Amino acid sequence: MSEPLVTLTIDGKEVSVPAGTLVVDAAKKIGIDIPVFCYHPKMDPVGMCRMCLVEVGMPKRDRQSGEVVTDENGDAIIEFRPKLDTSCTLPVSEGMVVQVSSEKAVAGRRDIVEFLLTSHPLDCPICDKGGECSLQELTMEHGPGKSRFLYENKMHLDKHVALGDLIYLDQERCIQCARCIRYQELIVDDPVLGFEERGRRLQIVTYSDPEFDSYFSGNTTDICPVGALTTADFRFGARPWELNAAPSICPHCPVGCNLMLNTRREAGAGGTSVVKRVMPRQNEVVNEIWICDKGRFAHHYASSPDRLIQPLVRKDGELVAATWDEALRTASEGIKAAGQKTLGIAGARAANEDLFVFRRLLEAVGGEAVLHDTMAGGDHVAQFGVGTGTNLKELGQGDAILVIASDLHEEAPIWWQRVFAAAGRGTSLVVANARQTRLDKYAAQSIRYAYGDAVQIASGLVGAVSGVNGNSDFAGLETVDSAAKLLSEARNLIVFFGGEGLDYEGTQALANACARLLVETKHVGRPNNGLIAVGLKGNQQGAWDVGLRGAPRGLSAALGAAEAVVLLAADPFGDDPHLADDLDEGAFVVVQELFLTDSARRANVVFPARSFIERSGTFTTGERRVQRFYQALQPQGETRPDWKILVDLAERLGFEIGFASELEVFNQIAGSVEGYQGLTYEDLSRVDSQWPPVGALDLYFGGTAFKNTHGLGVQIAPGAERGGTFKAGTPQQSEFPQSEWVLVPVTELYDHGRTVTESAVLKPRLSAKTLRVNRQGVEKIGVEPGQEIELHLNGAVYVLPVEIESSLPDGIVLVARSQGIPASTPAAVELRAVS
Amino acid sequence: MPEHILLRHRDIPGIDDLDTYLANDGFKAFEKVVTGQSPQELIDSVKHSGLRGRGGAGFPAGVKWSFLTPGVFPRYVVANADESEPGTFKDRELMEKNPYQFLEGVAICSYAAQANTAYVYFRGEFWDLAQEIEKKIDLLYERKLLGAGLFGTDYSLDIYLHVGAGAYICGEETALLESLEGKLGQPRLRPPFPAAEGLFAKPTVVNNVETLANLPPIVNKGADWYRSIGTEKSTGPKIFCLSGNVERPGNYELPMGTTFRELIYEHGGGIPEGRKIKAIMPAGASSAMIPGTEEVLDTPMDYESLPEIGSQLGSASIIVLDETVDISWVTYKTSRFFKHESCGKCTPCREGTYWMYNVLKRVQDGGGDRDDIDLADLVAHGIEGKCLCALGEFAIMPVMSGIRLFRDDFEAHIGDER
Repeated sequence: MSEPLVTLTIDGKEVSVPAGTLVVDAAKKIGIDIPVFCYHPKMDPVGMCRMCLVEVGMPKRDRQSGEVVTDENGDAIIEFRPKLDTSCTLPVSEGMVVQVSSEKAVAGRRDIVEFLLTSHPLDCPICDKGGECSLQELTMEHGPGKSRFLYENKMHLDKHVALGDLIYLDQERCIQCARCIRYQELIVDDPVLGFEERGRRLQIVTYSDPEFDSYFSGNTTDICPVGALTTADFRFGARPWELNAAPSICPHCPVGCNLMLNTRREAGAGGTSVVKRVMPRQNEVVNEIWICDKGRFAHHYASSPDRLIQPLVRKDGELVAATWDEALRTASEGIKAAGQKTLGIAGARAANEDLFVFRRLLEAVGGEAVLHDTMAGGDHVAQFGVGTGTNLKELGQGDAILVIASDLHEEAPIWWQRVFAAAGRGTSLVVANARQTRLDKYAAQSIRYAYGDAVQIASGLVGAVSGVNGNSDFAGLETVDSAAKLLSEARNLIVFFGGEGLDYEGTQALANACARLLVETKHVGRPNNGLIAVGLKGNQQGAWDVGLRGAPRGLSAALGAAEAVVLLAADPFGDDPHLADDLDEGAFVVVQELFLTDSARRANVVFPARSFIERSGTFTTGERRVQRFYQALQPQGETRPDWKILVDLAERLGFEIGFASELEVFNQIAGSVEGYQGLTYEDLSRVDSQWPPVGALDLYFGGTAFKNTHGLGVQIAPGAERGGTFKAGTPQQSEFPQSEWVLVPVTELYDHGRTVTESAVLKPRLSAKTLRVNRQGVEKIGVEPGQEIELHLNGAVYVLPVEIESSLPDGIVLVARSQGIPASTPAAVELRAVS
Repeated sequence: MPEHILLRHRDIPGIDDLDTYLANDGFKAFEKVVTGQSPQELIDSVKHSGLRGRGGAGFPAGVKWSFLTPGVFPRYVVANADESEPGTFKDRELMEKNPYQFLEGVAICSYAAQANTAYVYFRGEFWDLAQEIEKKIDLLYERKLLGAGLFGTDYSLDIYLHVGAGAYICGEETALLESLEGKLGQPRLRPPFPAAEGLFAKPTVVNNVETLANLPPIVNKGADWYRSIGTEKSTGPKIFCLSGNVERPGNYELPMGTTFRELIYEHGGGIPEGRKIKAIMPAGASSAMIPGTEEVLDTPMDYESLPEIGSQLGSASIIVLDETVDISWVTYKTSRFFKHESCGKCTPCREGTYWMYNVLKRVQDGGGDRDDIDLADLVAHGIEGKCLCALGEFAIMPVMSGIRLFRDDFEAHIGDER
């Protein structure tokens, strides 16, 4: 249904736009830049800054007939309004005449700039925003050039107000546009900023404790039209024009936010280049112009002094530095000796190219390549994933989204934001989890179940929609039935499934049930319909697509049978020290890593790998969009990209896997991986025009997010869309542990993994090292909240403070992953007061 | 002296006592409309009466009510008791001395708006008055003049009080609504107007205290009677707040269209020591000054006549400035007030009032030069017509008119220090 068009004239140019379009946007669409400060095309207008003043005329109408009155030439007589109008608050109307460049309008805007500058400190030479500042740009273009305001009358205010751990406010520079306040309120529903005081003392303050408590705070610095908001990470770090920019993709979660890495040579880094800041790069179908604070601030691990920069080989029990030649020779000998008893374990933070070559190598050796992950279901996503052209921004009234067993706010913040925004547009959101999460607030229907029942709940939904009471006890349950009704009646349906409270088999079963739900309700094989896995690692879907799966009988068994192990981007012995015990003492271990992990310490050969910042490649998002990231920095020391290490190793082993570049690997992927056929780097690099315009000349309009000039990626068609068939197989049953206390590991955004902890600014925000139980649980243990208790797991004892999370079921203890408690899936534990 | 219609306490001692008020036709009007009129009939008759909003804008009350979005409920009525305009003190006297007539007006307006909840928003400094009104409201509940099932019908009404935090801007109706919702008092963008999306985004009527106090007599005596008072377009009685250089400052209830001369000389006793009037600020601090000429003195005070002589009636706060007054000092004081009270939301008002104040202070303190007088005027012109609400436009009126009419007063300060 196309909206009716309205035709108006702006500075003599005629333009037709949908009814309801604001004059400022209509002008932008025909290349007329009306300056703005408070207006932002992603938010409702407020008309505060008054910068966008224009002269507006309307056709004169006869009072009786309502007909447009014309002059002797038959032209409509235009009556201009006595006052200037703010074009950001004014919707277009038929026959409207807008004068942006009239003398009156120009003078009006010049007055506004002069007013703004009376309070502004004019400290551009030391301001981080200098060079990419809306106020600077618009002053040059629209300002009077000279101020009549006496400098001594300037009001001086605090220039270093920490709004929180991550964001600083310079009160003098602030022009009170409220973009940050409104962003926090309208876009991410963390209404933690506000105004205090009035008049010239009107200032931004934070209400929350901890201050500026939001995973999205960095975005406010991008849309701040002046240098009032700066990040703790980048402030006084560099001038924007000194920075190089390399397009990249965030590797932290399966959203795959498009990034721009700004780098600069640093004296402090011995003259080498380092990443100075991470900026969002516009991709309206992925992350729009936003990124979360993890993506923005966690990058420091790449330049950590603890990075492995040369190969290590074990000699006399010690890992010592070695040449590549020696390391490759040693590794190939170890693998050759093990032959078919070689086990490859890969983590899903590696790129598609790495994972593909890894699998090739293990195939050539005759060994087994497995994925180190507790999440499964990638095969279901490949078949029933979202159709090409999917854009969460398009979901609205009449559509539905189901989120099951996932805490999206923690696991994939930008998806969380886009999902709740969809709910705000009228999408029926169904949220199913064993405990309350931040998404429940927006849910049309919440389903609460006991941990361990996620699959049955999903099956219950299938039963309810198909009228067949499957093998579930839950069809017939009121919340399940009403949710099923919402989902089955939806025009479009997207299902997000996570792994909370589930193990590998459990998530596979959940994926299966969710896929059946989609098939049953005919929500597959088309845009804005299908299945999305909320993976724990950024490239989980890519790993599944190139054919990697979890160890069929578990990692423990696989390790027990292995004589050689090759680890790629995985640290199983760090995640669970018991796994190291499964390995034969004489087993040969090869590790490709960034850091000397626990697994690397056990290795015979350690290869120093490059981070995503020092190389190029592709990742596949949870929405199955294949996206390219580019090299931003020169490699550290002797590091090599993982795929290259594997190619070099293959050569020593005498196999023909002769790829010379990422491009060649990708061409092979495109030649063999289901769904990727025919893809080229060129396809991935294609761009389209996007709304709103951002960056460069348009930074005053949309902010400093980078314009995408290096590719929007390609969403690949799921099997269902290509007409492929799929055999799901019977999912293995997984048992939820039966015990007085069961530990459930959950994901929190700021985990204690090495890729986060290296960032000094994120340190104060890392997830709390606590155990969470419900109120009755604290009483049962016999302690007060905040007191330390003992957690007994597999004979080991961990002492941590206990906190209350009231929505938890009885007998459940929650712990954030990566806090040193070796449980990646639910486990029976004991809790006791400290003896 | 005819009987007062609004300041009835001046004729009937003790009308602030409920029994006395009831004995003098109190709540007859409310009962009459609830039991005998449809809301539409009531709106039509208030439209016919010609009653215009007494808060300053003079918008016809009945017309304002008829803009309420049809079919959307709940609706709210808000009494604007934020009387903050310097020189205005009429609502305070009404609420202190004749409170039930005001409250009955709130009730009648609520019925017309089909609202079951009304709020009275007091300026922060009226906290003691609010406590008194609270007691009176309790009494009305006791007598079943408020609450559920009024007069045996199914109409019910609750009135709540809210005391602001002392900000001038909260007299602006949308800033008032923000404040009433517990937010920082800043004006909203309009449209939507409160009649469409007001308090808690529901259709809302906001009326001034004096406007509401006019409703019981209109209902009791009829719209035609009301129209017979005042002028053709500005009907009814008006309370004029007379202050400044006059012998007898105070509130005077007179028909709309009374001349300045009658107010100042007949009722206000003229100017002390027989001095001449230099200027009049007819709308409090928000006024464009008008010179004390014979022509001005013979001008009727109503919504139509004042624009013709370059000013506005506003809330009819007549501040008389005699020949001893330094207009430079007056504009310095008003600019200081508006600088202090600007909410800061929009640029020209936030920055412009601050700048204008600084320039005028410089002139007043003798540190300015002639260019500064022009600059103050230019800054005022820079603000003109560009603000989000009326505050910024108010702030420039005394400055622009003061400099235009009495430039000598400003020039007299130039060179004081040099």
